This record gives sequence, structure tokens and C-alpha cells, in this order.
Amino acid sequence: MASQPDTAAAPAAPPPPSLPAAGKGGGPTAAEDRRRARRSRRYRRDVRWSPYAFVAPFFVLFAAFGLFPLLYTGWASLHRVELTDPTHMEWVGLRNYSRLWEDDFFWNALRNTFTIGVISTVPQLLMALGIAHLLNYRLRGSMFFRVAILTPYATSVAAATLVFVLLFGRDYGMVNWLLGTVGIDAIDWQNGTWTSRIAVSTIVIWRWTGYNALIYLAAMQAVPNDLYESAALDGASRWQQFIHVTIPSLRPTILFTIVVSTIGATQLFGEPLLFNGSTGASGGADHQYQTLGLYLYEQGWVNLHLGRASAIAWAMFLILLLIAAVNAAVVRRLRKSQ
Amino acid sequence: MRRSSGRFRHRAVVLAAVAALLTGCADDGGGDSSSASGGTDAAGRTTITVGVFGVFGYKQAGLYDEYMKEHPDIYIKETSIERNENYYPQLLTHLGTGSGLADIQAVEVANIAEVTATQADKLVDLSKAKGVRRGDFIPWKWQQGTTKDGKTVGLGTDIGPMAICYRKDLFAKAGLPTDREQVGRLWAGDWGTYLETGRKYQDKAPDGTSFIDAASGVYNAVISSSAETYYDARGKLIYKDSPAVKEAWDHAMDAATGKLTARLQQFQKSWDQALANGTFATVSCPPWMLGYIKEKAGPKAADQWDVAAAPRPGNWGGSFLTVPTAARHKDEAAELAAWLTAPEQQAKLFEKQASFPSAQAAYTLPQVSDARHPYFGDAPTGKIFAAAARGVPTQILGPKDLLIKQNIQDVGILQVEQQGKSPEAGWKAAVKSTDNALDQ
Repeated sequence: MASQPDTAAAPAAPPPPSLPAAGKGGGPTAAEDRRRARRSRRYRRDVRWSPYAFVAPFFVLFAAFGLFPLLYTGWASLHRVELTDPTHMEWVGLRNYSRLWEDDFFWNALRNTFTIGVISTVPQLLMALGIAHLLNYRLRGSMFFRVAILTPYATSVAAATLVFVLLFGRDYGMVNWLLGTVGIDAIDWQNGTWTSRIAVSTIVIWRWTGYNALIYLAAMQAVPNDLYESAALDGASRWQQFIHVTIPSLRPTILFTIVVSTIGATQLFGEPLLFNGSTGASGGADHQYQTLGLYLYEQGWVNLHLGRASAIAWAMFLILLLIAAVNAAVVRRLRKSQ
Repeated sequence: MRRSSGRFRHRAVVLAAVAALLTGCADDGGGDSSSASGGTDAAGRTTITVGVFGVFGYKQAGLYDEYMKEHPDIYIKETSIERNENYYPQLLTHLGTGSGLADIQAVEVANIAEVTATQADKLVDLSKAKGVRRGDFIPWKWQQGTTKDGKTVGLGTDIGPMAICYRKDLFAKAGLPTDREQVGRLWAGDWGTYLETGRKYQDKAPDGTSFIDAASGVYNAVISSSAETYYDARGKLIYKDSPAVKEAWDHAMDAATGKLTARLQQFQKSWDQALANGTFATVSCPPWMLGYIKEKAGPKAADQWDVAAAPRPGNWGGSFLTVPTAARHKDEAAELAAWLTAPEQQAKLFEKQASFPSAQAAYTLPQVSDARHPYFGDAPTGKIFAAAARGVPTQILGPKDLLIKQNIQDVGILQVEQQGKSPEAGWKAAVKSTDNALDQ
């Protein structure tokens, strides 16, 4: 029925005798009208609802794997629940949160996350900006360099970390060997407080600098050339052009990368976990590089306290919301000042 | 709604397909692949799934093939997760929900106390399974897989009786005897004399070498040779005042502060490199460690390593097989588990995979009693480890042994050995970290 071409439905044309609907209706025109009305209703319904059906898979998946876990962890965080018996939940209210307040390990993890976040994000973005600026010059084989700086991003965290663990080895590591050639004593990267944090940051920097550089590069290429030309006419040097033309034009992009990197830094997990394979989730003997992600993992999957782990997960979520709010405020300020 | 048009019907089909796909995704795939056919394959065989961590070696030793040949109606499928840290939490969640379980599930000795204490009602009592003979097993191993009210939920697979592996060349250079009998007598009976030997070694040690690899290795060896460690017989947590913990801790501190160790962490890359370069002279080693040492130290250290008896026999490692009550083929699985852990099969596994039998009946079988290890100077490993296995005390295991041990080793001992803190500070940090981990 639905496959009948629209032209055949023109009122003047007599209905084809082969259609059963035509015979059963009150009259040929009335039947035709009803059919047309139905078809148009169906069409309207189609236009109206089909898009929802098309986007439904995402939302169904999101509900199953995003929203449900979020709500479930929220519910679990209000209970005492152990992984050895996950169906048995005992209501404790906000106890899991209040104990985080007194938990030295939580604050230590929060501090570490912040420090490692800063010493990895800041140099990483500055370097990315510089590399992007260099790549923005006309240079031979630029495609090669662009692909090359993206390769660390394509490497898996595990593989990269294992290589860095070897590089930062105390007895046979290459970094210590290089330091040795200039007369610096071997450093115990894993067990030092700051050295271990720096080493972990190095892995993060190595992986993400190229990625951010490409984002900056894309934004730089959108900067109108006239600006540079007029700056050059005014006698601005390359450096001055970078400071006074490139950076201001890149402001929204820089803000974007800062937000993304901050979120990434807050969730830092794989690098510190694998940095010392045998102490694992404790983040070093003194918990010196235990991040929030690691502490969450340790509570949930090593100590098997699901309730406490859920509370940490929600605390992390709230911290991210806070960061997002601060960021939104900064953006508003910036927009006003422009 | 009822007047469904062709197009609507078509759309409904698409939606249903999407929904089916989604539920298909949501359905836990682990070990469920046989569910569609009711656990039998095209040939009408019953599929028994075996869930393990790491390499258990049943497949490699050809035991599955042998069993399938004897039982043409059975097909065995093994799934393995490499690390127990990932395997065990998953096993717990699957037991909790009663789904996604394999018919046989392996459990590590470090987790067996928790499993018998908290999961026994979800596991089959294997003492009554067909083919299980209690007398075959070494008593302390049988005990570990049994609940307080006498339900045996885990059948012992391998065990890890410990000896000391040592470098003959380094011993010779330091003026110590190299014959394995004499070496064993150097420290027989007491871990204190082992460390005393270490001091003698250190006096004349070849440059850049240490007596022991890691202080936590000493701790592990001492604690594993003690009966009452973290819990007392009534199940009360006593780790802070336990004499065994104090002894093990003091010896570890002695090693760490006395500069007897190479300040390594076992199974780290740097430890592998030290094995390859031969920078430490002794390491306490269960049978499964021999293969590891051979692989990492490589052919150039052949004839350098040997095995001597430990000061006191202890046990490090080993596993159990359990059958969940939610398993699809409980009876067949119990029968297979009994067969896999029977003395004959354990002996075969030792021959092929160096997993030391927990079935004492296997110790008199030629595969074990005549076993020698060519890489370790043809040491009679079967005899050495069987003697150690018989000497291991019946340990009182508790549910959180692993956690306590991890925190003492990876926080407490490491802080002293690697970061140069005082033993008191290390102990305090270990207790703080342990208490945080234990507290629900």
C-alpha cells in the first residue's frame, strides 16, 4: 500500500480497481481522502519520531553503561558493601564521605593528583604551543613531522610506561647512565618523592604533547594571514608576532586544551599504576605518587571495599564539576574583557 | 498502534534488532558461549569450562587432551586471565551474581581463606566428589581449602615449598662452601644464621654483589615458614603483636639496615636485570621460581645456580580448584577437578611444568622422586622440595592475609630498604596503611 506512487492519489484520477481499500470505502473520493490523511499522518509521525529512533542507540547505551553505573555507584557510596558480597548492602548514610574527610591517604592522593597534574600539564601545553608554532612555518616534510609528533599518542599507556620504567631504572636505566656521564650520581626515580612524580609526569608529557600540538596547529592555521602581514609591516619580530598575534587568536583553543588536560590529569591512572609494577595501586612505598584514580582502584579492587571506592569516585566527579564551574567562570570573564 | 503499516513493521524489526544487539552486549559473555546450545556442542559433547589465572599448565602438559580421550562425551575449554589481581575480583562478582562462572574456577592460595570463609555456600563440597581421596593430599593443603564446619570447597593443585637458590660462583669468591649439602647446613634450622652467613658473605663479597635480592624476600620466607601469622586459631586479627610477624619483620630489617640486600623488588624489571647480571647470591625459591631464574639469568649463568634446603621449610604459592554451585555441569566439573588434582596428574604436571604436587602420594612416583634440574647443577629438586613440603607447618590462614602482607612488604619494608627510613617509621607506616585497607 505504501509503495503506491503519490501521483496516483491525485483526486481527479479514478482509483485503480485492483486496490481492495477502494471497494470497501463509503465512496471512491472519501476512501481516497482517508488514505491520504492517513499517509500524511504517518509521514508526520515519521518525520517527528524517526530521529529519536536513530539517536536512541546512543542513549540506550549511555543509560546502560554511563548513567546506570553513575547512579549505582552513588547508591553504593551510601552503603557499606564489600566485593566479596556485593549484593549485601548496609546503609551507612554519608559515612563513606565523612571518613574521606579524615582520610590522610585521600588527601595525599588529591595533593599528588594536583602536583602531578600541574607538573605534567603546564610544560606539556607550553611545549605543544612551541612545537605547533615551529610546525606552522613552511618547512620541508611537514607532513612527516605532524605524523611523527602524534605517534606517542597512538602508543598504548602500558607499552609506553614499561619502556619508561626501563629508562628510569635505578641500576641499569638510561636516564641514570646519561646523568652518570655528566657526573651526577644514580637517582632512585621510583622511590624518591619528587623524582617519582617527575618520572610519571614525563610519561604523560611524552604521550600528550604531540596531540595538543596538533590541536594548536589546526587553530594557528585558521589565524588570518593579514594579521601577521600587518604585524610584520609594523616591524614586529617573529617572537612578537607569536606573543601578540598567535596567542590571543588561540585563546579559546588554549582554554579548551587546558580543560581537557585537567580532566585527563584528574583521572590519571595507568601511568602511576604501571610505574612500579609490584607495589601497584599503592603508588610507591610512601604513596608518593598515588593519584585519586589509583586510590579508588586500591580501595575497590585491592581492598575490596566497594562502598568506599564509590565514595571516592563521586568525590572525583564532584571535583571535576567544580573544575568545570571554575572554567566556565573564567570563560565568561574572558569574553567580557574582549 | 494495532494498525501497523508495512513501514512501521519494518522499523519495529530494526528496533528489535538493535535491542537484541544491545541485550546481547549487556549479557555477560564470559564463559557463556555454550549457553545457546545448552552446554553441548555439535558432536553432542558436554563442554566443561575451566577458568584460571596465568598459566596452570594443564593444557601445556596435555592433561585436557588425555581426559577428553578417556571421556569422549566431554569437551574442555580453558579461559585464562593473566594476573590474579584482575582474575580474583571478577570471580567474586561472578560468584555474587551467580552468572558468568566457569564450571571450574581456580583460586590462589592467598585468597583461599577468604573464599572458604565468605563464599563456601556458593561452592560445591568437593570432599564427596567422585574420585577424591583425602589421604592423597598433604594435610595442611587439604586444611586450607576446607571450611570450619568441614566442607572442602577447594582441591589443592600445586604448592610452593621453599628452598634457597644460590650462586656457586659468588659463594666460592666469598669463601663460602658451594656444595648444596654443606650450604644447607650453614643455616639449618634458623633464619638468624642465614643472615649471619650473609654478613660473612658481605665481608668478602665480590664487587657490586649482595647476599640477598630484597628484604621483602626475607620477610616472605620467614613468615611463610611460621604457623600462626596474622590471625590466631580462633580467627582473631593479631598481626600487630604476632611473634611470627615480629620475627619476620626483624629479620627483614636486619637484612635491609645491614646492607645485605641488593635493594630490589622481586619480579620488577630491575630484578630481572640483576638476575641476568648475577648481582645477588641467594634468593628463597619455590619450585616455580626455578624456571623463572633460568629464563632471566639465561644460558650464560648455567652451572652457576644451585638449590639448597631453606633454614626452615615454608610455603609460597599454590592454588586450588573450586566448582561453583551455579556451574552448568557441576558433577562433570567436580569429577574433572578430582582427576586433575589426583597424584598421577600432579606428577605429570610437575614433570612438564614444574608445578610441585600438593598430593603427597605423588612424591614417591618416579616423575617426582627422580627429578633433577640440569640448570641448577643437576640438583635433586624432587627430593629437596618434597622434604620441604613435608616440613611446612599447617598455617593458620585468614581472609585478609594477602592485604596485610602486601602492606607490610610494599609500604613498610620498602620505606626502610629503599627510602632509608627507620624501622620504627616503616612499621608505623605499614600499620597505618594496613589498618586503612582492612577497615570496611
